[in-house]
Amino acid sequence: MIRERRVNSIDWLSLSIYLILMLLGWLMVYSAVYDENHSSIFDMSQRYGKQLLWIVLSLLLGAVILLIDAKFFNAFAYPIYLIVMLMLVGVLLFGSTIAGSKSWFQIGGFAIQPAEFAKFATALALASYLGKLNRDLILWKTRLTAFAIIGLPAVLILAQYDTGSALVFTVFILVLYREGMSGALMIIGGIAAFLFVMTLYFDQWYVIGGLGFLFGIGLFLVKRNRSNITKMLVLLAVGVSFVFSVDYAFEKILEPHQRTRINVLLGMEKDLMGAGYNVNQSKIAIGSGGFSGKGFLQGTQTKYNFVPEQSTDFIFCTVGEEWGFIGTTAVILLYLLLLSRLIVLAERQRSAFSRIYGYGIASVIFFHFAINIGMTIGLVPVIGIPLPFISYGGSSLWAFSIMFFVFLKQDANRLNIL
Amino acid sequence: MIKRNLSGRKTVILFIFSTIALIFIIKLFFLQVVDHSYKLSSQNNVLRYITQYPARGKILDRTGKLLVFNEAAFDLLVIPQQVKAFDTVDFCQLLNIEKEDFKVRLNKARNYSRYRPSVFLEQISKEDYGYIAEKLYQFHGFYFQARTLRHYPQPIAAHVLGDIGEVNQRNIDSDPYYKSGDYIGKSGIERFYENELRGNKGLKIVMVDVYNREKGSFKDGQYDTLPIAGKDLVLGLDADLQAYGEALMQNKTGSIVAIEPSSGEILSLISSPSFDPNLLVGRIRGQNYKALQEDSLKPLINRAISGSYPPGSTFKMINALVALNIGAISEHTRFTCQGKLSSPIKCTHDHNSPLALLEAMENSCNPYFWNTFRSTLYSSHFKNHKEAYDYWSETMHKFGLGVPFDTDIPFELSGNIPSTAYFDQLYRGSWNALTVRSLSIGQGEILVTPLQLANLAVIISNKGFYYKPHLLKSIVGNEYLPETYTEKIETGVSEKHFEIVKKSMLDVFEGDHGTARYYKIDSIQAGGKTGTVQNPHGEDHSMFIAFAPYDNPRIALAVVVENAGYGSTWAAPIATLMIERYLKGKSSRQALEKRMMETSFNKKKL
Ligand SMILES: [Zn+2]
Repeated sequence: MIRERRVNSIDWLSLSIYLILMLLGWLMVYSAVYDENHSSIFDMSQRYGKQLLWIVLSLLLGAVILLIDAKFFNAFAYPIYLIVMLMLVGVLLFGSTIAGSKSWFQIGGFAIQPAEFAKFATALALASYLGKLNRDLILWKTRLTAFAIIGLPAVLILAQYDTGSALVFTVFILVLYREGMSGALMIIGGIAAFLFVMTLYFDQWYVIGGLGFLFGIGLFLVKRNRSNITKMLVLLAVGVSFVFSVDYAFEKILEPHQRTRINVLLGMEKDLMGAGYNVNQSKIAIGSGGFSGKGFLQGTQTKYNFVPEQSTDFIFCTVGEEWGFIGTTAVILLYLLLLSRLIVLAERQRSAFSRIYGYGIASVIFFHFAINIGMTIGLVPVIGIPLPFISYGGSSLWAFSIMFFVFLKQDANRLNIL
Repeated sequence: MIKRNLSGRKTVILFIFSTIALIFIIKLFFLQVVDHSYKLSSQNNVLRYITQYPARGKILDRTGKLLVFNEAAFDLLVIPQQVKAFDTVDFCQLLNIEKEDFKVRLNKARNYSRYRPSVFLEQISKEDYGYIAEKLYQFHGFYFQARTLRHYPQPIAAHVLGDIGEVNQRNIDSDPYYKSGDYIGKSGIERFYENELRGNKGLKIVMVDVYNREKGSFKDGQYDTLPIAGKDLVLGLDADLQAYGEALMQNKTGSIVAIEPSSGEILSLISSPSFDPNLLVGRIRGQNYKALQEDSLKPLINRAISGSYPPGSTFKMINALVALNIGAISEHTRFTCQGKLSSPIKCTHDHNSPLALLEAMENSCNPYFWNTFRSTLYSSHFKNHKEAYDYWSETMHKFGLGVPFDTDIPFELSGNIPSTAYFDQLYRGSWNALTVRSLSIGQGEILVTPLQLANLAVIISNKGFYYKPHLLKSIVGNEYLPETYTEKIETGVSEKHFEIVKKSMLDVFEGDHGTARYYKIDSIQAGGKTGTVQNPHGEDHSMFIAFAPYDNPRIALAVVVENAGYGSTWAAPIATLMIERYLKGKSSRQALEKRMMETSFNKKKL
């Protein structure tokens, strides 16, 4: 009876969306790098051929995960976390540098990026830690431990100059919020992260000016009694000193070449053609798709390399150009459906571990989705992180697949937990 | 431990997810559906419109010899928006231009359009092209486009053929066919037959990638159009005769126009000094044009159609014809001549008196033609001398004088036959034959061009009619010539009156006292008439009109040599050498030929 239920209770809806997104990604990679000399979609010398290989391997990995006992992941969460952290340290010492980031292990012809797996390991470790009965995020001890679990990989990845991937870890705040951390803390954390990025992007005085402006608006909105004004002044002072300290750290503590690296990773020095070339070309590609798109393989902007990184970070341009507004809306709705489904699945878990883990992967997918698409349509600064399941790349696809299948397995097993 | 109620937080998180998705969809709606500017930008990114220039028509002479053909050349084009930072010094060295020049050219292109290609450097030769093309990949936004350059195998007929140059704003405004950087006929045949010669441009739309490399045609070429080559023209010009005439006229200022009387086809149209038409081709055009413009001898002027001279004695024949036609005189009418004592116009020759028309023409007797002119104006045919003068000037127009032919030679002048109204104004209404007497001997206000003068020879050789003189013989592929060139034009003067005039021209060669008797051509009977035109600015202009053979004329011509003195010493021998060359293909008088070619009258001016 129990065995049978396990098999039957795989969530087919989320699995279907996962498969659709992956297939879509494969077609988009094909279209983005298509050229007439290599027109077979199975050509292994081309990115689309390789992507197919990654997809098949991901599905194999998924099958293996579904066969593993569900309790394994909770039980081995810390060892897995530890191994990945060691890999992150290892990559700093022995890794290869690709595209400016020292974050790759070169194994034969393939390169593996441990940072991709760090998200999975962190979600596991966080879920395992917070899932214990006596954890409460009201307590500072619990909070700090949780922050440490999240912060360690983020710092290690930041040290590889892979700022984009490091920023992903800020999204775990959503998980902490769901598990009871004060909403104000989340807002403050969010503002701090925002200020951090803004300070790196813009002159500190602009950011402070912006803070002053917000302060002025605040004065209008709140009751102007002494206590409120004092609170706001304190907030302003904290914000300003935060901006100064980030700026100081950036300008004085970091070496010039490190600064350049960070600037490059933030997309601030990629713009050799002048401000906003990438984003502009990306918007042209998407905008030129119109309502119904130019049709499969008919995109010219992406195919002729006007859009940079068109098969990885800017893959959404191909969707926009070839399938138009219909295509982009469909993809966004697919993601929204997947995310909502993951939340619904997470909420129906009996074990806290499974629920927290579910929120963890939903948050990570959400962050990638929001930053990646936001970047291609010019709403978010250029931060190079892939679009889950769609962007070209083995590490990313595997990492997301592992995360996803581990949760599917947890969900399938939920009724076996008392 | 108290379990807090956290179920509301699920909703907050779902709300965040949905809000972001909604913001994206709204943003995408504006980006993809509302704003159309991205479509345009994408086309500008990818599509390159390549004009396919048709081959300009060739020009051949009446024997099929090539006068003008095309040679491959290349224009370097630039799309300013695609230009990326590069080493300007390298680039300027590659193209052999100054850095300042580079800036000027790039700015000009930018001002025209950032997204459309414009010519950066025009007409690069095949040799330079090979060298530059190899390195051009380093410079984004620049690419080559094949064009053609005019080439003239023989350095002749510069004025006839004319030249081509870049279109100006007026050309662009008046004909949407032309785009900045296109070429258009600026003068001569190139200008007049621009529409036939240019053909039709084609358009090829290709897609390019970010490195500006071609990636194939746009939509399988369904929007492409093929260029249609220009039509070839055959001219009535005889290249050999033209070259010969130019050689005879070298170091002289003046003109030769030769016409085939039976068709009006111009056999040669020479204006001297001339220049090698190859000088006005390609990148050297600008500086050479300037040098020619500044030359004190004004080689750019086509004297054959814009040189205006008083016709002198040659005009006496026409005066006689008008008088004969209205019966003011007959060929037997005699007038007395008192030589140098004659009044109001003295005679410059010594001869018997009184004398009849034929003798008068032979001796170019001024008093005779004054009397002829007076008889015309006071003829009983007319109410008064003004009405008579109207008739007279109208007949002049019928002879092609005082009005332009309106033929296929741009910038043609009309010469001058003063009107009644002109004299009325000049003399406040009170004038008579005596007042305008100088007209009787081809002086005064009368001006003719060498082309009109040659046409007079045609009219006399044909005994009263002509075809509009024209350069075009045929357009390859067109069956008919424009009617205007095949229509017989009558002068209105009866054919029988021409007999005696034509006979008088024969006597110029054959008569014992003929002014050109020393230049009689072996075995060819020709007619001729000397004119010596007084020139207040220096030596007289030497003038001669002639036709041959006498009975079935195949060539009629006018020769004008400025500041050369008597018509019989320079213009006459040159005319006979031309006739001999055309009818026999060679000269039997090498010494004369050599003397004519080597004599220079231009030195005197310096
Ligand atoms: Zn006389």
